[in-house]
Amino acid sequence: MIEVLYFAWLRERVGERSEMVETGAATVAELVEELRTRSEAHALALSDMKSVRVAIDQDMADMDAPLAGAREVAFFPPMTGG
Amino acid sequence: MTVSIQSSPFDMGAEVRRFAGSVSGAGAIVTFSGLVRNDGGKLTAMEIEHYPAMTERAVESIRVEAMDRWSLLGAVIVHRYGRLEPGEQIMMVATAARHRADAFMAAQFLMDYLKSRAPFWKKEIGPDGENWVAARDEDEDALARW
Repeated sequence: MIEVLYFAWLRERVGERSEMVETGAATVAELVEELRTRSEAHALALSDMKSVRVAIDQDMADMDAPLAGAREVAFFPPMTGG
Repeated sequence: MTVSIQSSPFDMGAEVRRFAGSVSGAGAIVTFSGLVRNDGGKLTAMEIEHYPAMTERAVESIRVEAMDRWSLLGAVIVHRYGRLEPGEQIMMVATAARHRADAFMAAQFLMDYLKSRAPFWKKEIGPDGENWVAARDEDEDALARW
Protein backbone atom coordinates (compact mmCIF):
# COMPACT_ATOMS: atom_id res chain seq x y z
CA MET A 1 0.00 0.00 0.00
CA ILE A 2 1.16 3.48 -0.88
CA GLU A 3 -0.31 6.68 0.51
CA VAL A 4 -0.89 9.13 -2.33
CA LEU A 5 -1.11 12.82 -1.42
CA TYR A 6 -2.38 15.74 -3.49
CA PHE A 7 -1.73 19.43 -2.91
CA ALA A 8 -3.09 22.74 -4.19
CA TRP A 9 -5.15 22.51 -7.40
CA LEU A 10 -4.43 18.79 -7.72
CA ARG A 11 -6.09 18.24 -4.33
CA GLU A 12 -9.08 20.30 -5.44
CA ARG A 13 -9.44 18.55 -8.79
CA VAL A 14 -9.06 15.04 -7.38
CA GLY A 15 -11.33 15.94 -4.46
CA GLU A 16 -9.09 14.10 -1.97
CA ARG A 17 -6.21 15.18 0.25
CA SER A 18 -4.84 11.64 0.39
CA GLU A 19 -5.78 8.07 -0.42
CA MET A 20 -4.34 4.64 0.25
CA VAL A 21 -3.61 2.83 -3.00
CA GLU A 22 -2.95 -0.87 -3.53
CA THR A 23 -0.61 -0.88 -6.48
CA GLY A 24 1.87 -2.99 -8.36
CA ALA A 25 3.26 0.01 -10.20
CA ALA A 26 7.03 -0.10 -10.59
CA THR A 27 7.47 3.59 -11.37
CA VAL A 28 5.73 6.91 -10.78
CA ALA A 29 4.58 6.90 -14.42
CA GLU A 30 2.90 3.51 -13.95
CA LEU A 31 1.24 4.73 -10.75
CA VAL A 32 -0.10 7.77 -12.61
CA GLU A 33 -1.59 5.46 -15.27
CA GLU A 34 -3.37 3.48 -12.54
CA LEU A 35 -4.58 6.59 -10.70
CA ARG A 36 -6.09 8.00 -13.89
CA THR A 37 -8.46 5.03 -14.02
CA ARG A 38 -9.81 5.67 -10.50
CA SER A 39 -12.20 8.45 -11.54
CA GLU A 40 -12.79 11.17 -14.11
CA ALA A 41 -11.52 13.68 -11.56
CA HIS A 42 -8.25 11.78 -11.26
CA ALA A 43 -7.93 11.54 -15.04
CA LEU A 44 -8.45 15.31 -15.36
CA ALA A 45 -6.10 16.24 -12.53
CA LEU A 46 -3.34 14.00 -13.88
CA SER A 47 -3.91 14.70 -17.58
CA ASP A 48 -0.95 17.04 -18.09
CA MET A 49 2.04 15.80 -16.11
CA LYS A 50 4.22 18.65 -17.42
CA SER A 51 2.54 20.87 -14.84
CA VAL A 52 2.77 18.31 -12.04
CA ARG A 53 5.70 17.67 -9.69
CA VAL A 54 6.26 14.47 -7.72
CA ALA A 55 7.87 13.62 -4.39
CA ILE A 56 8.54 10.11 -3.11
CA ASP A 57 8.76 9.93 0.69
CA GLN A 58 9.17 13.73 0.76
CA ASP A 59 12.04 13.84 -1.76
CA MET A 60 11.57 15.27 -5.24
CA ALA A 61 11.46 12.56 -7.91
CA ASP A 62 11.04 12.08 -11.65
CA MET A 63 8.25 10.31 -13.51
CA ASP A 64 10.52 7.33 -14.18
CA ALA A 65 11.63 7.00 -10.55
CA PRO A 66 11.16 3.50 -9.08
CA LEU A 67 8.53 3.01 -6.38
CA ALA A 68 10.14 0.02 -4.65
CA GLY A 69 9.88 0.58 -0.90
CA ALA A 70 8.01 3.88 -1.27
CA ARG A 71 5.45 4.64 1.43
CA GLU A 72 4.23 8.07 0.34
CA VAL A 73 3.93 9.62 -3.12
CA ALA A 74 2.85 13.26 -3.41
CA PHE A 75 1.62 15.10 -6.50
CA PHE A 76 1.56 18.90 -6.63
CA PRO A 77 1.99 21.87 -8.96
CA PRO A 78 5.30 23.75 -9.22
CA MET A 79 5.98 25.37 -5.86
CA THR A 80 5.22 29.04 -5.19
CA GLY A 81 6.87 29.81 -1.88
CA GLY A 82 8.74 32.88 -0.72
CA MET B 1 15.54 28.23 16.00
CA THR B 2 16.94 28.46 12.48
CA VAL B 3 13.88 27.34 10.50
CA SER B 4 10.31 28.01 11.57
CA ILE B 5 7.25 27.01 9.57
CA GLN B 6 4.25 28.51 11.32
CA SER B 7 0.73 29.78 10.82
CA SER B 8 1.02 32.58 13.37
CA PRO B 9 2.36 36.06 12.59
CA PHE B 10 5.92 36.91 13.59
CA ASP B 11 7.61 40.02 14.90
CA MET B 12 10.40 40.75 12.46
CA GLY B 13 12.17 43.13 14.86
CA ALA B 14 12.19 40.54 17.63
CA GLU B 15 13.35 37.78 15.25
CA VAL B 16 16.23 39.92 13.96
CA ARG B 17 17.28 40.99 17.46
CA ARG B 18 17.31 37.37 18.63
CA PHE B 19 19.27 36.34 15.53
CA ALA B 20 21.79 39.18 15.97
CA GLY B 21 22.29 38.09 19.57
CA SER B 22 22.97 34.49 18.50
CA VAL B 23 25.83 35.20 16.07
CA SER B 24 29.17 36.53 17.19
CA GLY B 25 31.68 38.33 14.99
CA ALA B 26 29.12 39.48 12.43
CA GLY B 27 29.86 42.65 10.50
CA ALA B 28 26.69 42.42 8.41
CA ILE B 29 23.14 41.20 8.81
CA VAL B 30 20.87 41.21 5.77
CA THR B 31 17.14 40.74 6.24
CA PHE B 32 14.33 40.28 3.76
CA SER B 33 10.61 40.04 4.35
CA GLY B 34 7.96 39.07 1.81
CA LEU B 35 4.47 40.56 2.21
CA VAL B 36 1.04 39.86 0.82
CA ARG B 37 0.73 42.58 -1.81
CA ASN B 38 -2.09 45.05 -1.41
CA ASP B 39 -3.36 45.14 -4.98
CA GLY B 40 -5.90 47.91 -4.66
CA GLY B 41 -8.72 45.71 -3.38
CA LYS B 42 -8.26 42.96 -5.98
CA LEU B 43 -7.01 40.65 -3.25
CA THR B 44 -9.02 39.83 -0.14
CA ALA B 45 -6.68 37.20 1.27
CA MET B 46 -3.92 34.80 0.41
CA GLU B 47 -4.17 31.15 1.41
CA ILE B 48 -0.83 29.34 1.67
CA GLU B 49 -0.86 25.56 1.59
CA HIS B 50 2.21 23.45 2.35
CA TYR B 51 3.36 19.84 2.65
CA PRO B 52 3.91 19.52 6.40
CA ALA B 53 6.00 16.33 6.30
CA MET B 54 8.36 17.80 3.72
CA THR B 55 8.46 21.56 4.30
CA GLU B 56 10.81 21.90 7.24
CA ARG B 57 13.34 19.44 5.81
CA ALA B 58 13.27 21.08 2.35
CA VAL B 59 13.74 24.56 3.83
CA GLU B 60 16.52 23.35 6.13
CA SER B 61 18.38 21.77 3.20
CA ILE B 62 18.20 25.10 1.31
CA ARG B 63 19.56 26.83 4.42
CA VAL B 64 22.41 24.33 4.76
CA GLU B 65 23.28 24.80 1.08
CA ALA B 66 23.55 28.57 1.64
CA MET B 67 25.74 28.01 4.71
CA ASP B 68 28.02 25.79 2.59
CA ARG B 69 28.26 28.19 -0.34
CA TRP B 70 28.97 31.44 1.49
CA SER B 71 30.98 32.41 4.48
CA LEU B 72 28.03 32.83 6.85
CA LEU B 73 27.87 33.03 10.61
CA GLY B 74 24.21 32.10 10.55
CA ALA B 75 20.93 32.11 8.62
CA VAL B 76 17.33 31.95 9.76
CA ILE B 77 14.12 31.44 7.82
CA VAL B 78 10.53 31.97 8.99
CA HIS B 79 7.72 31.03 6.58
CA ARG B 80 4.01 31.15 7.32
CA TYR B 81 1.13 29.10 5.99
CA GLY B 82 -2.64 29.45 6.26
CA ARG B 83 -4.82 32.46 5.52
CA LEU B 84 -3.08 35.84 5.35
CA GLU B 85 -4.46 39.29 4.63
CA PRO B 86 -2.99 42.00 2.39
CA GLY B 87 -0.06 43.72 4.06
CA GLU B 88 0.76 40.75 6.30
CA GLN B 89 4.24 39.29 6.37
CA ILE B 90 4.46 35.91 4.64
CA MET B 91 8.06 35.07 5.39
CA MET B 92 11.48 36.40 6.28
CA VAL B 93 15.12 35.44 5.92
CA ALA B 94 18.09 36.84 7.78
CA THR B 95 21.74 36.10 7.07
CA ALA B 96 24.81 37.11 9.04
CA ALA B 97 28.39 37.29 7.82
CA ARG B 98 31.63 39.07 8.59
CA HIS B 99 31.22 41.07 5.37
CA ARG B 100 28.09 42.22 3.57
CA ALA B 101 28.68 40.57 0.19
CA ASP B 102 28.24 37.06 1.62
CA ALA B 103 25.16 38.09 3.58
CA PHE B 104 23.51 39.75 0.54
CA MET B 105 24.30 36.91 -1.85
CA ALA B 106 23.14 34.22 0.55
CA ALA B 107 19.87 36.08 1.23
CA GLN B 108 19.16 36.29 -2.52
CA PHE B 109 19.99 32.63 -2.97
CA LEU B 110 17.64 31.69 -0.12
CA MET B 111 14.83 33.74 -1.64
CA ASP B 112 15.29 32.27 -5.12
CA TYR B 113 15.28 28.72 -3.77
CA LEU B 114 12.41 29.21 -1.32
CA LYS B 115 10.32 30.53 -4.20
CA SER B 116 10.51 27.35 -6.28
CA ARG B 117 12.01 24.58 -4.11
CA ALA B 118 10.09 24.85 -0.85
CA PRO B 119 6.72 23.02 -0.91
CA PHE B 120 4.36 25.99 -0.53
CA TRP B 121 1.48 26.90 -2.83
CA LYS B 122 -0.23 30.27 -2.82
CA LYS B 123 -3.85 30.88 -3.64
CA GLU B 124 -5.16 34.40 -4.16
CA ILE B 125 -8.68 35.05 -2.93
CA GLY B 126 -10.43 38.10 -4.33
CA PRO B 127 -13.94 39.48 -4.69
CA ASP B 128 -14.27 37.70 -8.06
CA GLY B 129 -13.03 34.29 -6.97
CA GLU B 130 -10.00 32.23 -6.16
CA ASN B 131 -6.92 31.57 -8.17
CA TRP B 132 -3.80 29.45 -7.58
CA VAL B 133 -0.67 31.49 -8.20
CA ALA B 134 1.21 29.97 -11.14
CA ALA B 135 4.95 29.45 -10.94
CA ARG B 136 6.71 31.82 -13.35
CA ASP B 137 9.43 30.82 -15.78
CA GLU B 138 11.55 33.69 -14.41
CA ASP B 139 11.48 32.05 -10.97
CA GLU B 140 12.86 28.83 -12.40
CA ASP B 141 15.41 30.75 -14.51
CA ALA B 142 16.56 32.60 -11.39
CA LEU B 143 17.96 29.33 -10.02
CA ALA B 144 20.30 28.96 -12.99
CA ARG B 145 22.46 31.88 -11.87
CA TRP B 146 23.53 29.96 -8.76
